Amino acid sequence: MIVELGHFALVISLVVSLLVSVVPVYGVMKRDAALMALAPIGTLVVFGLVAIAFAVLTHAHFTSDFSVMNVWQNSHSLVPAIYKISGVWGNHEGSMMLWLLILTLFSAMVAAFSSNLPVRLRTLVLAVQGWIAAAFSLFIVLTSNPFIRLDPAPVEGQDLNPVLQDVGLAIHPPLLYLGYVGFSVCFSFAVAALIEGRIDAAWARWVRPWALGAWAFLTLGIAMGSYWAYYELGWGGWWFWDPVENASFMPWLAGTALLHSALVMEKRDALKIWTILLSILTFSLSLLGTFLVRSGVLTSVHAFASDPTRGIFILVLLLLFIGGALSLFAFRAGTLRAGGLFAPISREGALVLNNLILTVATASVLIGTLYPMLMETLTGEKISVGAPFFNLSFGLLMVPLLIVLPFGPLLAWKRADLAGASQRLFVAVLAALAVALAMYYAENGGPVMAILGLAAGFWIVFGALADLWGRAGFRRVATDQAFRRLFGLPRSAFGTALAHLGFGVTVIGIVAVSAFATETVTETKPGGVIDAGGYQLRFDGMKDAKGPNYTESRAHFTISRGGATVGDVWSSKRIYVARQMPTTEAGILTFGLSQLYVSLGDPTPDGGIVVRIWWKPTILCIWLGAVIMAVGGFVSLSDRRLRVGAPRRAANRGALAPGLEAAE
Amino acid sequence: MIRKLALAFFLMLSALPALAVNPDEILADPALEARARKISAELRCMVCQNQSIDDSNAELAKDLRVLVRERLTRGDTDEQVFDYVVSRYGEFVLLKPRFSLKTALLWGAPAALLLIGGTILLAAALRRSRPTPGPAPLSPEEEARLKELMREE
Repeated sequence: MIVELGHFALVISLVVSLLVSVVPVYGVMKRDAALMALAPIGTLVVFGLVAIAFAVLTHAHFTSDFSVMNVWQNSHSLVPAIYKISGVWGNHEGSMMLWLLILTLFSAMVAAFSSNLPVRLRTLVLAVQGWIAAAFSLFIVLTSNPFIRLDPAPVEGQDLNPVLQDVGLAIHPPLLYLGYVGFSVCFSFAVAALIEGRIDAAWARWVRPWALGAWAFLTLGIAMGSYWAYYELGWGGWWFWDPVENASFMPWLAGTALLHSALVMEKRDALKIWTILLSILTFSLSLLGTFLVRSGVLTSVHAFASDPTRGIFILVLLLLFIGGALSLFAFRAGTLRAGGLFAPISREGALVLNNLILTVATASVLIGTLYPMLMETLTGEKISVGAPFFNLSFGLLMVPLLIVLPFGPLLAWKRADLAGASQRLFVAVLAALAVALAMYYAENGGPVMAILGLAAGFWIVFGALADLWGRAGFRRVATDQAFRRLFGLPRSAFGTALAHLGFGVTVIGIVAVSAFATETVTETKPGGVIDAGGYQLRFDGMKDAKGPNYTESRAHFTISRGGATVGDVWSSKRIYVARQMPTTEAGILTFGLSQLYVSLGDPTPDGGIVVRIWWKPTILCIWLGAVIMAVGGFVSLSDRRLRVGAPRRAANRGALAPGLEAAE
Repeated sequence: MIRKLALAFFLMLSALPALAVNPDEILADPALEARARKISAELRCMVCQNQSIDDSNAELAKDLRVLVRERLTRGDTDEQVFDYVVSRYGEFVLLKPRFSLKTALLWGAPAALLLIGGTILLAAALRRSRPTPGPAPLSPEEEARLKELMREE
């Protein structure tokens, strides 16, 4: 009965979404306030209904109601409670429900927090959100219904895929979707503004917080996914340029560009075309990612052809939304008037360069991801485009970005003095080179190119610090006054510096791991000692253990350095009973920012076991940097100027601290 | 079917524990072994989703790893090893496709886009930064007419 209630709520939400997408638009055309007022109410109702449907599905999973096909296929009565809940979105139908839930959550937030928006713009934004919600509800109801019952109900479920039985599944998809789907708000704002024909700095001020929030969540989501892959897959890789990863990375790249160009538009009324186009493209890439992942087209073109319903459905949605929005853009682009003028060497100019590089990077990842598919469809020939290709092409594209990034925040708006900025960054360059060299020698060598890579990372870190240093006016004013000015800086200044600093930290982590990681593959027997990464690992022996829904053999290692024991670690191989599927659970020991990663291989005939040990120096920097970036985003979001409805209060702040506004 | 759909998540593509090179495969000569590892990282495991033979524990990947090492021990250059593997398995085996007419778009796109986009943006920036020329000076006739109008005032 409860399940039918959820099913019913989902269908009603589809109907209300359709109403929200049509009636208020008619209201806008007829200037009918009552019809327009339906948009926010309807949007909140849709969210309520989808939340009910989602809660019902969660309930079915939690109580292991195997009469629901979705639960039967993806759960098991012995699965621990947390995985019963996260298992809701560990499958196609459930993850589409999560997608829809987060989409309608964002719509509801727009409806709730946008009372100061011009009513026509607000109505249109909510209507566009309504189109997306209606399209995806229809997709779920017609092709991916999670509420289908089985009669008679099976006694036991088929289990959740063991790889997904991890806290990673509880955290990663919700974060990723908050980012992915959050960009829908920017998309809706762009489409609404194009329909309305009015796009100005105020519009950018409304869009930017959504872009910032979505971007910060997406950053966390991708980092979380990367760390999950790293510890779960058992061979120490953290990024594979897999099409599924690329599907989340492309919106991140485009979203990063969007964030920067919305900033220019808000402050200087310039880069309008960029901002509108990036708003459309970022969410389009999210949709494209959904298509790539959901249609099965990635597995093979033939898999897509053999079961095309879902794929074709999303493909049509994709064409409608992306094609529609881009046509609207093409139709209206001519009416966009460029605002503030600026010289090539200026903050605006630097941000245009940033947009160019990020957009080209997005395009090359897109081309690389789709190329094999297009090639096979068009010529029947199969080629592969994998990590070695992306590392090379994407890596080269990042070189200019790494070099010019620290200059950006130091340049003045409109017309800037490059020599002055270089002078202020001179110390940062020297410091970066010195630290990079020191780190290189501390690691006892490695590829010489690593020095340049590390220097690039530190250059960005020190550049971000130099930015704050300069704004506070250290060395120009008395130190105590400089400190006061530092703490008085707007939060967005700290947000920028933190986000850039975090990026630098990630770069350092990537370079250090690529250059200095060591791998030891060997056979050992109980009592044997292995030398790896400067540590000695004694293999103490194996032990069999039993978990709630798996059996495992665990190996114990005692780790010492220079004779002194520094820690111990368990590394295990599991067999999940229901699916008879093996997994490895790597043993990971953290030393500061570095990790020792121990993974078990196959037993050898003579009673030993194959062990793989990786020493991953400063690997935690990769994800730590991403977390710092996201924190930077949230700090910036907390700046009151960015809060919706802040313009008036911001004017007061300007009066209180005139020097600070000028310093930006 | 279910497993295919579960591809959704990040990890699913390489769901099986990937355990790569085994100790018995490792060559005695470290320089040769390093070359073998580098080559293996660029060869696709044909039965996996998106893994190199260096990362995969599939039987076929192991065979290919051993094959690469055999060729190297026999004195092949890296290029000869790649040629040999491609001749047996086709271009599909290369994770970094070779530059050819068919992959020109793939390899050329980043540079071309950067160049085209950069040129357009630079041109636009220069146009924007140049002060807009003021209205053209008056012609002698217009000057005369203006004087006349002023006098009429």
